[in-house]
Amino acid sequence: MTQLALVIDLNVCVGCHACVTSCKEWNTSGTAGYMSDENPYGQDPTGTFFNRVQTFEVGVYPNTETVHFPKSCLHCEDPPCVPVCPTGASYKRDSDGIVLVDYDKCIGCKYCSWACPYGVREIDEQQKVMKKCTLCVDRIYDESLPEAERQPACVMACPTNARLFGDVHDAESEVSVAIRERGGYQLMPEWGTKPANHYLPRRKARIQIHEDELERVDNPLKKEGIHKGRVIDEPTLDDVTSW
Amino acid sequence: MHPAFSVIFLTTLSGVGQGLFLALYTGQVYAVAKVLPGHADTAAFYGLGSLIALLFLGAGLLASFFHLGHPERGWRAIAQWRTSWLSREVIILPAFMGLVFLYGLVHYTGWNPVFFEIGQQANIAIDLSMIVGAITTVFAFALFIATGMIYACIKFLQEWASPLTVINYTLLGSASGFTLATGYAAYQGAPGLLKFYGAWAIILTVASLITRGASLIRNARIKYKSTLQTAIGVRHSNIQQKSQGFMAGSFNTREFFHHKTAAFMKSIKWIFLVLVFPVPVALLALGLSSAALGLLAAAFVVQYLGLIAERWFFFAQANHPQNLYYQTI
Amino acid sequence: MREDNVIHNPLDKSTDQNARIETKNTTCYMCACRCGIRVTLRDGEVRYIQGNPDHPLNKGVICAKGASGIMKQYSPARLTKPLKRKEGADRGDAQFEEISWDEAFAVMEERLKKIRATDPKKFALFTGRDQMQALTGLFAKQYGTPNYAAHGGFCSVNMAAGMIYTIGGSFWEFGGPDLERAKLFVMIGTAEDHHSNPLKMAISKFKRQGGKFISINPVRTGYSAIADEWVPIKPGTDGALMLALTHEIINQGLYDREFLVQYTNAAQLVNMDENSTEYGMLVRFEVPPEEGCFDPQNKLWWDRELNRPISTHTPGADPYLLGEFKLDDGTPVKPSFQLLVDRVKDYTPEWAAEITGIPVETIKRLAYEMGVTARDQKIELPIAWTDTWGNEHESVTGNPVAFHAMRGLAAHSNGFQTIRAMSILMSILGTIDRPGGFRHKAPFPRPIPPCAKTPKGPGDVKPNTPLGGMPLGWPAEPDDLFVDDQGKPVRLDKAFSWEHPLAVHGLMHNAITNAWRQDPYPIDTLLIFMANMAWNSSMNTAEVRKMLNDKDDNGEYKIPFLIVADAFESEMVAYADLVLPDTTYLERHDCMSMLDRPISEFDGPVDSVRIPVVPPKGECKPFQEVIVELGSRLKLPAFVREDGSRKFRDYPDFVVNYETEPGSGIGFLSGWRGKGGEKFLKGEPNPKQWEMYEKNNCVFQYHLPKSYQYMRNWNQGYLEWAQDNRLTRYAEPILIHIYSEVLQKFRLAAQGKWDGKQPPDHLRKRIETYFDPLPFHYEPLESQQTDLHTYPLNAVTQRPMAMYHSWDSQNAWLRQIHTYNYLYVNPVTARAQGIEDEDWMWVESQWGRVRCLCRYSEAVEPGTVWTWNAIGKASGAWGLDADANESRKGFLLNHVISEELPASEYGEHLSNSDPVTGQAGWYDVRVRIYKAAEGEPEISYPQFDPMPTLPGQDTSRKSKWLKFFAGGKKAG
Ligand SMILES: Nc1nc2c(c(=O)[nH]1)N[C@H]1C(S)=C(S)[C@@H](COP(=O)(O)OP(=O)(O)OC[C@H]3O[C@@H](n4cnc5c(=O)[nH]c(N)nc54)[C@H](O)[C@@H]3O)O[C@H]1N2
Ligand SMILES: Nc1nc2c(c(=O)[nH]1)N[C@H]1C(S)=C(S)[C@@H](COP(=O)(O)OP(=O)(O)OC[C@H]3O[C@@H](n4cnc5c(=O)[nH]c(N)nc54)[C@H](O)[C@@H]3O)O[C@H]1N2
Ligand code: SF4
Ligand code: SF4
Ligand code: SF4
Ligand code: SF4
Ligand code: SF4
Ligand SMILES: [Mo]
Repeated sequence: MTQLALVIDLNVCVGCHACVTSCKEWNTSGTAGYMSDENPYGQDPTGTFFNRVQTFEVGVYPNTETVHFPKSCLHCEDPPCVPVCPTGASYKRDSDGIVLVDYDKCIGCKYCSWACPYGVREIDEQQKVMKKCTLCVDRIYDESLPEAERQPACVMACPTNARLFGDVHDAESEVSVAIRERGGYQLMPEWGTKPANHYLPRRKARIQIHEDELERVDNPLKKEGIHKGRVIDEPTLDDVTSW
Repeated sequence: MHPAFSVIFLTTLSGVGQGLFLALYTGQVYAVAKVLPGHADTAAFYGLGSLIALLFLGAGLLASFFHLGHPERGWRAIAQWRTSWLSREVIILPAFMGLVFLYGLVHYTGWNPVFFEIGQQANIAIDLSMIVGAITTVFAFALFIATGMIYACIKFLQEWASPLTVINYTLLGSASGFTLATGYAAYQGAPGLLKFYGAWAIILTVASLITRGASLIRNARIKYKSTLQTAIGVRHSNIQQKSQGFMAGSFNTREFFHHKTAAFMKSIKWIFLVLVFPVPVALLALGLSSAALGLLAAAFVVQYLGLIAERWFFFAQANHPQNLYYQTI
Repeated sequence: MREDNVIHNPLDKSTDQNARIETKNTTCYMCACRCGIRVTLRDGEVRYIQGNPDHPLNKGVICAKGASGIMKQYSPARLTKPLKRKEGADRGDAQFEEISWDEAFAVMEERLKKIRATDPKKFALFTGRDQMQALTGLFAKQYGTPNYAAHGGFCSVNMAAGMIYTIGGSFWEFGGPDLERAKLFVMIGTAEDHHSNPLKMAISKFKRQGGKFISINPVRTGYSAIADEWVPIKPGTDGALMLALTHEIINQGLYDREFLVQYTNAAQLVNMDENSTEYGMLVRFEVPPEEGCFDPQNKLWWDRELNRPISTHTPGADPYLLGEFKLDDGTPVKPSFQLLVDRVKDYTPEWAAEITGIPVETIKRLAYEMGVTARDQKIELPIAWTDTWGNEHESVTGNPVAFHAMRGLAAHSNGFQTIRAMSILMSILGTIDRPGGFRHKAPFPRPIPPCAKTPKGPGDVKPNTPLGGMPLGWPAEPDDLFVDDQGKPVRLDKAFSWEHPLAVHGLMHNAITNAWRQDPYPIDTLLIFMANMAWNSSMNTAEVRKMLNDKDDNGEYKIPFLIVADAFESEMVAYADLVLPDTTYLERHDCMSMLDRPISEFDGPVDSVRIPVVPPKGECKPFQEVIVELGSRLKLPAFVREDGSRKFRDYPDFVVNYETEPGSGIGFLSGWRGKGGEKFLKGEPNPKQWEMYEKNNCVFQYHLPKSYQYMRNWNQGYLEWAQDNRLTRYAEPILIHIYSEVLQKFRLAAQGKWDGKQPPDHLRKRIETYFDPLPFHYEPLESQQTDLHTYPLNAVTQRPMAMYHSWDSQNAWLRQIHTYNYLYVNPVTARAQGIEDEDWMWVESQWGRVRCLCRYSEAVEPGTVWTWNAIGKASGAWGLDADANESRKGFLLNHVISEELPASEYGEHLSNSDPVTGQAGWYDVRVRIYKAAEGEPEISYPQFDPMPTLPGQDTSRKSKWLKFFAGGKKAG
């Protein structure tokens, strides 16, 4: 069985929001659109986004880490948002595990959003239906796109390649390898939702220098000497002794 | 959570309707069983009573539509009864209303054939209204369960994920229904039923105080399973959110936060604790002893207002784990 | 599950079925990075903008801004009509009436003609984040005004000058870190550079390869967030750190001796005879008149074997780097490296720790990590090359320590010397144009300094005559200054005067104040293009806004005529007498020219173009067209034929056919030159050039042969190639200036030991102090003149990745991400003032104060407060409602930053800038903070009267809801 998902590498995410706006851009004019914005040019502008990047500070100065944290629907393998939906508008596709909302069935009761622990579903306040990340289902299967572009918009956009896309059930896929080798983890594992999306943790590169490595035989200072310049016309012992 | 008035009204109004029906029917059963003196004019008493119950249920149903983005598609909500308590509620509520209507209609028209009789002297006639009422009663409870389970089944909304949620919905709805029934009996001039309803209203109110109190105590002690650490997967004792990625709010900050101060929350709690329990009990007691319609009506009105506060608090108190992602702008 | 019975088919493409779908390539300009983009249109409306996967710069990725281009294109802030200030209305009130382009041109033609015929310098042209300085600069030169500059002076000229005067190339658009091969990456004072996407791509790749990334910055956000080590530093103190690192690296013998000897002037002998007029100059063995802008190879080493001076690079010679010697004539000399060692002797880690706030152990460890990585992780590539002295090398080697730095160093008034110190640190580690280190991008490296020169006196500014030199250039000595006989500036901004001798990018930040004060002289017409100088690119903004509207005793404006060419309803537009509505980047032809700042890669020159993907909105006209039209009407020689008739139909025609000199074969674009497009860099105009660019993703890229890709300062093959292709005039080696003779010449002038131009007396000490030929650390000028007990904190700004300067608040998507800004304060610092998180507070400098919202942050050094750049807006501007968060809660730090220093022994009205380069000292300001009083309004301060909607602004999308769906409305 296939389970498509994103794997997000917090080790390289710089919090640039490219994934946020490219997601909005692709989807607002796509089959998941529009994605309305309220007060777009006024006070308190707010709108529908499928993907948002948050920032956390971990630790106390000077040992502070700044963590940028993108989050969209995690396409849970056991998605609590699906069974609660009274209309069947929320569904999980058998073929690839993508969790979707059927906009034409949705009555906008918001119940599914209550049933999602991750806060990734957003009602479109104008269209009045529940929306969320579609894993760009309308890109990844679009045969009119070149093969290399059959990827989610956010993945294509991400300048640091912090977003990997693939089948987490295929042990050999790029995403599975990354999860396996780089400590991929799930959010709020305590609820048994089994999010398909995973996150890769920060890693630290360090340089070890042993004291004996600091100075080498070919140290240029040795060659240099601290040379005052050789003085040859001043008196020497030769001039004053006669043994 | 952000308490939505549509849902507050839906649950409280239909609770009253369910409770009122239960009161009517229990009254009828007791009367049929000759434990209580019934009302002289059953057609008027049960007919009008059912109508009142229907009005409450209808108002609740109407309120629920305000909750929907697409009410015109509301009918679709019956589709997923296998998995969704909401779907079940959506099926049960109108079914229940239909049954209440039938129950009232049977009484009102008097077309009430007796099917069989039971009892030692075979003097308890099981007529159509009794059978319809029994079925309706099952639906009344089913509706309490469905409504309660809508909330209780979301396991990570830990304030709700408890049998107490269903029990409270049942008891509070019943209590308010019985309180209304007490006033109704006074209005209709049924002194025997009046005492019966009144006594049960008090009993149910006290019982619900105990269970609601229990849920308050439970909720005050909840240890949340999810923390910021599990939410973002960073193990450190000091994590502060600095940005949500947007600054002027989103669905996630509107729907899941009540945006009220702790003091406000506390005052709402005390308001409902006073309005739902001691005041109506006192008014009921006074009203029963003096058979004053005004006091009894006041008991219901006060209790109902209290329930609005109770329901507001019920929603507001629930702390959704998604809020961990939306701590500060 | 129930995929079969869905009603809303998520794969449904029916909206596209009957629509006209087109895809076009062009170049992004949501920021100055210039990524390649692919724009999909549905029924003529922009549906999707993606990174162009075939573009060398961004290889398909895009950023938050780039992906939001749609909302720029359809922004209600767009100007669409030429506008004239209403009779009687004040500047700033934004009361305009629509006029036709004909009228606009007529007004400009008449006015500019008159000025040109009398005193061309009374016309000043200043352009902001302009990417067509090739054209605007040409126009200014042809017009004959010296008063031209773009953003460089207030942006990062310190970076350009500090590095170019040291290594012949620089970070910024001209070079960068080779993160493909580096093992250690040190990023200093960078939040988000022009090289946005490429740098992000490179950093992540670098990290994944396991390299160590160190960020030196008072703040940890953006790129620094993913650094392996964050080294918080006190602002303005990096010079001390660089010098201490240098001290430690030299002390440990971790420098690359061979590199220093061969490729820098470290071993060259400096005259140490204090009484000589040659004091501090490199000793020359023969002194022919030094013509041309290159370093003649006539300097001396002291040979270790022969124990005597010897011509540098004599085969077999092995010079001393250290020591002191006497020439035959008794002149005491020292290798310049010895002078550097003398200089850094007292710059110990302990000394620097005190200044920078970085622990001694950290400084030492950083030095060792740099030095040992450079020494022990050598890269060797099997690429043979030949140096300019004829030595054949079997391989290219590199020391994999890469640096990158930007405005955290540049935007301080000690930035030039700090950046020299950093460049020298990079050089002693041997990392210049080598794999894993710093790499040049064409047309760099250039001679130190590059050849272009400004005129040298007022005589080169003549009526009806092109300027007798470039408006901007690279002084190599005092005599190159652009001053009159009294040593007074000729330029309005006083660039290339004794106040800021190496102001190679001008001082745009002083243009308005100087024009208003009529110092050094009054001007007539100021044309501002693409700069928001009534807001975020001015210091002291509130006062500058008054100056723009100020009148003399006769009721005449002190700045008589103000033309603003902008695309949006910016704060600047409100002050215009004449508004010229520009197109957006999706509507015009543009080129990222080799004559300006191309997008070259490490491995060779690259330039690119924009080709319109949608037609101009309303009456918008590309500013390029305006320039070509004006140039033709004014009959500027480059724009007309002999007979005075118009030479170029329009801008695209100009780009194809213009040559720097008749027959030079050099034009704006370097790709597909020659009759049939068979040549590049140099060749006859090709009428099909645009088509060829269009077919090639709007970009021309040339990959140098491998052997020309490294060591280019001294790579014979490369230098000759560059000479052949007219990138450079000379194929001479570009030795790194560890010791800067150029600076020493200015110092000699200040000491009265220079034959030519001499500084006015009041500036002698200033020149003598700051034109030190060796790097040193000093406190930023403003701090030197501030009571640091009252104003103990540093205040700096950063760019957010999702906003470009002031121009993205009109963008409905981006403004949701940053709709107002906070002042970020370390909790310890804030609590000391009783300020809580989210409190309203004041930030005050000696110049003014601003009320703002506080946000606690553990990611900022406690002595520093910071905010995002230019999120705060003036009420009503940018197509926003008057009560938009940007103006109510957002704030602009510029109000507390002064464009001038307090009066001092050096005079009044000195620019708040680096004394060498005139770089604006944005990050020098010292502040204090305190809580807003009880009862104060909860709104930022200062506030300005709301700017009204302008005629021609399309407010149809300005409804309560925006439901963007390209190519028509989608049913709800
Ligand atoms: N998204 C986006 N990208 C942009 C721009 C934009 O507006 N938005 N603008 C473009 C332009 S015009 C420019 S000039 C570049 C500028 O690119 P950067 O130089 O990266 O820009 P700044 O935001 O000025 O960042 C300066 C950094 O230096 C730090 N800093 C301040 N003082 C000191 C100091 O004394 N020492 C050290 N070590 N650090 C210090 C600040 O904390 C900040 O992180 O960005 C370009 N790229
Ligand atoms: N406090 C503080 N101030 C700073 C800085 C800082 O770090 N701190 N950084 C400084 C730096 S490095 C820079 S580069 C400056 C940038 O300052 P500016 O050069 O003023 O940059 P912008 O705010 O981008 O404004 C440019 C103007 O160009 C207009 N514009 C945008 N697109 C187009 C177009 O296609 N055509 C035309 N004609 N106009 C267009 C915009 O509407 C805007 O009015 O800010 C400086 N100001
Ligand atoms: S685009 Fe990539 S780097 Fe940028 S915020 Fe999203 S995940 Fe992070
Ligand atoms: S993340 Fe939320 S919306 Fe997405 S599948 Fe899981 S529970 Fe459902
Ligand atoms: S909002 Fe729509 S998708 Fe969500 S539960 Fe209700 S009907 Fe289902
Ligand atoms: S996969 Fe598509 S829908 Fe989901 S966050 Fe990325 S761009 Fe948005
Ligand atoms: S980095 Fe700049 S040029 Fe590149 S996509 Fe982003 S906004 Fe456009
Ligand atoms: Mo800049």
